[in-house]
Amino acid sequence: MSEIVIVGLNHRTAPVEVRERLAFPADTVGHALRGLRERDGISEGVILSTCNRVEVCVLSDEGYKGVEHVKEFLAGFHGVPIGELSDHLYHHLGEEAVRHLFRVSSSLDSMVLGEPQILGQVKDAYGYACEFKTIGPVLDKFFTKAFSVAKRVRTETRVANSAVSVSYAAVELAKKILGNLPDKTVMLIGAGEMCELAARHLLSAGAKGILVTNRTFERAVLLAEEFEGTAVRFEELPTHLKRADIILSSTGAPHFILKREDVEAVIRIRRNRPMFFIDMAVPRDIDPDANEIDNVYVYDIDDLNNVIETNLEDRQREASLAEEIVVAEVAGFRRWLDSQQVTPTIVSLRRKFDEVRQAEVAKALSALGTADPKTRKVIESLSSSILNKVLHSPIASLKRETDERSPMEMVTMVREIFDLPEEEAEETPEAAERAPGRGGSVGTQ
Amino acid sequence: MHTALLKVTALFYLVGAVAYLRFIFTLNERSAKIGRMLLLIGAILHGAGFVARYFVAGYTPITSLFESLSFSAFAIVCVFLAFELTYHLRVLGAFVAPLAFAFSISAALLPGEVKVLAPALNSYWLPVHVILLFFGNAVFAVAFGAGVMYLLMEKELKRKRMGAIFKRLPSLDVLDDINYRCLTIGFPLLTLGIITGSIWAEYAWGSYWSWDPKEVWSLITWMLYAALLHFRMTVGWRGRKAAIFAIVGFCAILFTFLGVNLLLSGLHTYTNLSG
Repeated sequence: MSEIVIVGLNHRTAPVEVRERLAFPADTVGHALRGLRERDGISEGVILSTCNRVEVCVLSDEGYKGVEHVKEFLAGFHGVPIGELSDHLYHHLGEEAVRHLFRVSSSLDSMVLGEPQILGQVKDAYGYACEFKTIGPVLDKFFTKAFSVAKRVRTETRVANSAVSVSYAAVELAKKILGNLPDKTVMLIGAGEMCELAARHLLSAGAKGILVTNRTFERAVLLAEEFEGTAVRFEELPTHLKRADIILSSTGAPHFILKREDVEAVIRIRRNRPMFFIDMAVPRDIDPDANEIDNVYVYDIDDLNNVIETNLEDRQREASLAEEIVVAEVAGFRRWLDSQQVTPTIVSLRRKFDEVRQAEVAKALSALGTADPKTRKVIESLSSSILNKVLHSPIASLKRETDERSPMEMVTMVREIFDLPEEEAEETPEAAERAPGRGGSVGTQ
Repeated sequence: MHTALLKVTALFYLVGAVAYLRFIFTLNERSAKIGRMLLLIGAILHGAGFVARYFVAGYTPITSLFESLSFSAFAIVCVFLAFELTYHLRVLGAFVAPLAFAFSISAALLPGEVKVLAPALNSYWLPVHVILLFFGNAVFAVAFGAGVMYLLMEKELKRKRMGAIFKRLPSLDVLDDINYRCLTIGFPLLTLGIITGSIWAEYAWGSYWSWDPKEVWSLITWMLYAALLHFRMTVGWRGRKAAIFAIVGFCAILFTFLGVNLLLSGLHTYTNLSG
């Protein structure tokens, strides 16, 4: 019987060197997918490769053996001895695999809980599989379901609602203080890396323009060019400060470069239009007392870290709600998977009994010699009617969901009782142990 | 009949307020939608009740305390819905809807029978004067809500401890903008309301201004808002100071509207507790 199998590694199970070796750059994915598909026992496959995780999801016709196939594929494709990989790889089968992908796409398994990029990456992986036609009905349904679960988690919980990096926290705060950013000007004082990153985020969030100043004017000019902004001489800072709504500062100055009185003077000139200072310098550049002035907000690096800390705690709380959604969705998807398995069993059950019926009818008819058409018809319909009545209850039981037994258990039982053909049956080592005599060969032990 | 209809309306406002409060706690968008729908239905019922009462009484039904409280609630809901439409400021509902409920239920608990109109009130100036003022008051009620929200939000941002409020309230900029917008709409309404009242007073009592308590308090309120508008335009007052002024101004309005009627007596004492 087919089973969904996921084999992979992530930031928790493997160091970056191993993740690098196993990563699939975009231009190799097509080739890899085709190679995966050509392996025995694998009928559908998707490869997800990001900087934090590499995962191969397949539909394996051979159940547990699929895990080994995928491991061999990973080792073979990247030319890494399988022994080196084993410690880092994890695998999930069936329901566990379903749960895993749902959690991954909802960003519950990410390094930064709730980060939004992972869903896009899962969608890309799905896109490649569609493009190279390695996806079939089961994985197609599985991945589409994973997207809708992720969307549900996003809309019904606030797991991804708050900023958890310094620069995003700066953007979030700027929006709360100043409203829309498109008519706001950012000023960069000094050239710290974190400040640059925050400036970049503010600009991509829509901030209008950027002024750059630095003790070394040339550096300011270079940075300004990079941001398509205007360079300002450091000595002219007080004159230009009034133009800025958001001020990012990270100079190496040993004392405050802006004192409370300076800020007070500027806010008066600005007729109280609010100013948001983000001081990333240690020691600090901006007098923290300036925060007491009306319409002035001064945040230093510790303040921003506190905001992030609170947001992370918030996300943790929301994550448990998200996990509940995942549990419910896994149960729903499992029912769909089970229903996929029940139909072929019903078909083979009917086929087998019909073969018996036809053989017996033929025998009876030949015993009767030349039977007239009416007698033939009566015998045919008698046998069909007996068959239908006998099969009615087992088929009804297969279709019925009960609390005590899953449809899958019923399928296995029916297959065993009626000795149905093996090609679609489960073939895990556990299953083989449970039923040593299956497949028509009578056990000899 | 009117009281019964008003009670139903008040019930809509109450459930609407609960829905908005639920929204502010859970941030469930559906709650806000339900809240808006309930307020809208409540306002339609309320408006229909006024029209009905107008025909029964034969005058614009804003003469007694019952009618005034009820009309205030109606004006507040209308102004809020208009602001919601412009600013999509759902959280404001949690501040304004309870106010509308308080006004409407207070009215519903008063005797609401139609009375013969006092001769001084029998004038075309009645609807003009009262509707201008009540809608002005309703606009200032929204400014009051925005002012409270501003102070809560500003406190979190200054203390740098981002809690539930931070996530739920709009930006300081939007709140301050609402405050200003309310001032530019509410102040002309208030001014026109006082002017029309003064003209009517000349017709009714033979004097434009009689310094009765209501007139004095209206003047105080007007001066408060005039000062706020002046400072906003000249010094660039905004943010916290403007929010505090909006709150103080609305308290003055409440006192002019209710306090004066219930505590002081004067020419405007049609609207006492006896209905």
